[in-house]
Amino acid sequence: MQDIQFNFSAESYDVIIVGSGAGGGMAAYELTKAGAKVCLLEAGQHYDPADPQYITQLKWPWQSPRRGASTRFRPFGDFDAAYGGWDIEGEPYTTAPGTKFAWFRSRMLGGRTNHWGRISLRFGPDDFRRKSIDGLGEDWPISYDEVKPFYDEIDSMLGVFGTNEGLPNDPDGVFLPPPKPRLHELMIKKANRNLGIKTIPSRMSILTKKINDDRGECFYCSQCGRACMAYADFSSSSCLVKPALKSKNLDVIYHAMAREVLTDPQTGLCTGISYVDTKTLEERTVKARIVVLAASACESARLLLNSKSPRFPNGLANSSGVVGKYLHDSTGASRAAIIPMLFDRKRYNEDGVGGLHVYSPWWQDNKKLDFPRGYHIEYWGGMGMPAYGFGWGIENVNGMFPDRDGNKREAGGYGAALKDDYRRFYGAYIGMAGRGEAVAREDNYCEIDPEKVDKFGIPVLRFHYKHSEYEKLQAKHMHETFEQIIHEMGGIPLSDKPGPDKEYGLNAPGEIIHEVGTARMGNNPKTSALNKYQQAHDVKNLFIVDAAPFPSQGDKNCTWTILALSMRASRHIVDLRNQGKL
Amino acid sequence: MKRRNLLKSIGLTSLGLAGLSPQVRAAENIIAAENEGDKKKKEPWEPYGRTESEKERDARLLSEQFFTPSELTTVAVLADLIIPRDSHSGSASDAGVPAFIEFMAKDKPELQTPLRGGLHWLDAQALKRFGSVFTACSQKQQIEIVEDIAYPGKVKPGMSQGVAFFNLMRNLTASGFWSSQIGIADLGYVGNIPNQWTGVPDDVLKQYGLENE
Repeated sequence: MQDIQFNFSAESYDVIIVGSGAGGGMAAYELTKAGAKVCLLEAGQHYDPADPQYITQLKWPWQSPRRGASTRFRPFGDFDAAYGGWDIEGEPYTTAPGTKFAWFRSRMLGGRTNHWGRISLRFGPDDFRRKSIDGLGEDWPISYDEVKPFYDEIDSMLGVFGTNEGLPNDPDGVFLPPPKPRLHELMIKKANRNLGIKTIPSRMSILTKKINDDRGECFYCSQCGRACMAYADFSSSSCLVKPALKSKNLDVIYHAMAREVLTDPQTGLCTGISYVDTKTLEERTVKARIVVLAASACESARLLLNSKSPRFPNGLANSSGVVGKYLHDSTGASRAAIIPMLFDRKRYNEDGVGGLHVYSPWWQDNKKLDFPRGYHIEYWGGMGMPAYGFGWGIENVNGMFPDRDGNKREAGGYGAALKDDYRRFYGAYIGMAGRGEAVAREDNYCEIDPEKVDKFGIPVLRFHYKHSEYEKLQAKHMHETFEQIIHEMGGIPLSDKPGPDKEYGLNAPGEIIHEVGTARMGNNPKTSALNKYQQAHDVKNLFIVDAAPFPSQGDKNCTWTILALSMRASRHIVDLRNQGKL
Repeated sequence: MKRRNLLKSIGLTSLGLAGLSPQVRAAENIIAAENEGDKKKKEPWEPYGRTESEKERDARLLSEQFFTPSELTTVAVLADLIIPRDSHSGSASDAGVPAFIEFMAKDKPELQTPLRGGLHWLDAQALKRFGSVFTACSQKQQIEIVEDIAYPGKVKPGMSQGVAFFNLMRNLTASGFWSSQIGIADLGYVGNIPNQWTGVPDDVLKQYGLENE
């Protein structure tokens, strides 16, 4: 296993980047391209989805002794391309009493981009100015027009399929052709047309056409979550760090868990990073002129809050006190259903791309609703590859339907009749999930736990996060919509509509893995940690390029915006250097 | 190799890619991994990208035994009652379900008490009713007990724990059977191979009165 990929070994680098996910990968790519000597610290191990030692793609369920069931090491299943999860040995986090937060971390090159859903939605013009619209939260210090050129560039450079629809807040892009809908997706489109719920091709960073010689074309195995051996989906490891290494301007140090950002007590500038080698437990430092944090919103906040010194008693870049605050994750609620029309369906390969071929962008006007901010709907279904959990709970389903001869069936059962039920119901299940925008609040935050440290002796995060009525009412609306769609399709929901006692089925904070906002950007140094180029107000050679700088996150998934903004911030770093200002 | 022929047969190398395209390299990688699997035939499955921690844990689990031989026999009898051989395919034990359930009991320790407890609840029932443990009963006697625990919608007094156990056994058996080679062939899942998706087939569209869009 590789511990270090050295192109050169420098006394001092131009730039250190902490974290190799979307933001860090893009910064490494852009800065090395501009000629900077860059050191990339990754807390986890090397990973390359085309290297046989890591490949899980195209494996069969029986190749896993647990048939793909989840484990502590792989919470999304035994073939999933995320090393880490919610609960990492020796790397705890805590939650304040009465609050909840789930924190997913991937300890590997490329971080969570190896397994992510590839849903690549731009924020729209309104997503940058929500406070101006509804008076809640904070506006961004930048507009859609300022970010658009970078979205356009990453669309072309990294590849995303979709369609230009001319929607006001779901902007057009530079799209590859989308895959055609699967059968259940055509049924959803038909139902949604009747209901007035706009349903359009999804927008995902998967190459339905070849875009360059380094990456192949999608071969429709539906397994983007296992990471693609043909590099036909976007991951930071394959599409950014790998080309950056080719520039010969990048060193990557694996198993490097950052402890603190080092600063010069005289100048107040960053001088480097101290880190723990997680294999040997040795303490090391690496020096650089510029420090770029991309460790993930919460991990970057943790690093700043742990970088205390007499000059920075509240932690680095935190004279405003906002670091750790305004933490918010997308809202989520979901529902499954069975569609009797799909019983005994004809078999054919409909694996398609990894995930949804169609989705519903937010289609309502919040002025007419009892909650602010919208959500989009993602859909699943089809004749997928069986794995652990297949047919689970059939005793809740098979009693609802008469047998092929029209006789009433008793739920549950055993034997040949039961065996036939599984065949009959195969491919007749669908599901949908709402992903919405939560309002960022000062009192949802992470801070340093005063008592606990991880196994490296680094103080850990303590989370304080509660959903407000806004998010709960949004989830209630999601379930009302899901039921409309299911009924319009002639389907039967597989669970009861969750009530207020269950927060209307709202996922716990953190579970959607879109956490953002912990070092927000803004024009006012008293209410923000970073300026509009993601440069710390207090420390001019410190930048953050993960999702920590987001003042709000729209009802869109955050990765595409992390990439666009990291590209923008990296170019700004190059400009400042060229102007002699860094 | 089978997979190589497959890749050729679907024209993967003719998708407009040069000879050294990532797909072709990917195909070579699969073959390399499978060849490695051939060399280590003693393992029941092929390598599939495990991390060091996973390898350690799996090796430990595989070296342990959870069920006693007689418990495992009961598991197999129940699994085959739940999913028997029929005109389409073999039974649960033909598909290796008992070994799968043995592994899952170690992999998810929260299953251990419900499984072991359920098996002994079943034996206690059989002893009470027929004077012998479940596996020693006649098939008619076994079915008589199973009939009392297989239908969660009509539970007789005193049987609810048995129903809960049988639900778990049914679900584990289905998981293990349908995710096996035999089960996947029976189900007719034909994916997990490189291909081109061009939309729902015409005859299917016609059946449902839909059009590709």
